[in-house]
Amino acid sequence: MQTAGYMNIILGLVFAPLLGGIINRVKAVFAGRTGQPLLQPYYDIYKNFRKGAVYSTTTSWLFRAGPIVGLAAALVALCLVPVNGATAPLAFTGDLLLFAYMLGLMRFFTVLAALDTGSSFEGMGASREVFFSALAEPALLLGLATVARRTGTLSLSELLAATSATSPELVLVLAALGIVFLCENARIPFDDPTTHLELTMIHEVMVLDHSGPDFGFIQYGAALKAWVLGSVIVGLILPVVGGNFLLLNSVALLGGMFLLAVVVGVIESTMARLRLIRVPQLLVAAGSLALFAFILSMR
Amino acid sequence: MTPVIDTTMMLLILSNMALLGLSRLRSCIAVASFQGMLLGLFTVFAHMQALTLRILLIAATSFILKGFVFPRLLRRSIREASTQNEMEPYVGYSMSVMAGMGMLGAALWLGSKLPLNPAAGMDFVVPTGLTTFFTGLFLIVARKNALTQCLGYIILENGIYAIGVISVVEIPALVELGILLDAFVAVLVMGVAIYHINREFDHIDTDQLDTLKG
Repeated sequence: MQTAGYMNIILGLVFAPLLGGIINRVKAVFAGRTGQPLLQPYYDIYKNFRKGAVYSTTTSWLFRAGPIVGLAAALVALCLVPVNGATAPLAFTGDLLLFAYMLGLMRFFTVLAALDTGSSFEGMGASREVFFSALAEPALLLGLATVARRTGTLSLSELLAATSATSPELVLVLAALGIVFLCENARIPFDDPTTHLELTMIHEVMVLDHSGPDFGFIQYGAALKAWVLGSVIVGLILPVVGGNFLLLNSVALLGGMFLLAVVVGVIESTMARLRLIRVPQLLVAAGSLALFAFILSMR
Repeated sequence: MTPVIDTTMMLLILSNMALLGLSRLRSCIAVASFQGMLLGLFTVFAHMQALTLRILLIAATSFILKGFVFPRLLRRSIREASTQNEMEPYVGYSMSVMAGMGMLGAALWLGSKLPLNPAAGMDFVVPTGLTTFFTGLFLIVARKNALTQCLGYIILENGIYAIGVISVVEIPALVELGILLDAFVAVLVMGVAIYHINREFDHIDTDQLDTLKG
């Protein structure tokens, strides 16, 4: 039973960067390119860890704390999300709030580090990140609240274990969480992860000044963040296999995550990034979907 | 039985939210058309146990009128008035969607107060109908374009229709068809009126119509 709880942590630590590789490969296939190796994110992180870091003289300890706290917060969030049917190591009643705010803490420190550099460019990115996440957070929390209301539990572990049948509310929640997933991980309708030069980018602009191991932490933390949010979504969709089917559940989770990465890749290949003015509208729509689902679950 | 109706009602509410959030007139007309077809199907679903020719007739009329004829008339009005494809809102789209959520809340509260006694499994229909009604009203008030007012009127009628289908079973077919005909004539007349307003003043911005005195 103990190993079951730690399974998602192991899977997440090992496979999280692979999601980015799969997304890139799907995009390459759509564009008719060969694309970068599937394991490129791992090479990037490894490369960054071998290098030295450069710190601007205007930065303080906040700048150095940003990536470390970010990664730590992502790791704590990872400890809260179980493989379907199991109980996570840190599970307690109400941990879904901690889950949401661990992601919030991660973002907060990224933003602080970005502001600490004193670069107006990074300040702009920080401002956008905070604005969009302020709209994405209600959608996430309301979505989780709906599922909590349906299942009558406030712990992510029990919550993921209890949702099995697909009800209309759950479909709405999944749509809302899917939009939040794309927004939080700076994927395409919100932010183009491949650009480094455009004025419209959000996440990449905040981490421009980080280098070496710090940047490696940020990349790994971002991959873990995508993994934890994704595994909540996949956990909500996947039916529960009771008993000691740890291997089956783990394989199902892994398959679900890879499928999610493929879907994200397809979305990125077929959609253009939204105009910046449209982004809040989509997030409000996601929030409304979640609120609607919540109202439905109140009946 | 109940899941079908609940899903229909959910789609109806989602289409209301889409109407409030979309900025293109043509997309809104498409959504309104979808809503009309949905209501036509709902009429059949709601009376699945006792399907009579009368109900089938009403369902078919509503399906065809709201799903095909009204949208066609509206699209023709757009073409003839060569108006912009924008909704021209007083209230922003995000705010409109949030207002829509408020309307849903108000409708749920109001629906629980109204002594309509819907049949079992239909308890979500009255709030949905009221939400649709409010959405139509909101579109009339909060958008400038004269065509949107026409659209709002159709949505408003959709709301009344949804409640009518379940609560007043005994209305004679003639009256119901009469109401549908009223809406039909209204859309037709409005289309002609918009055409003339546009030809006279080169725009159909209702915001400026009150300055045309004397």
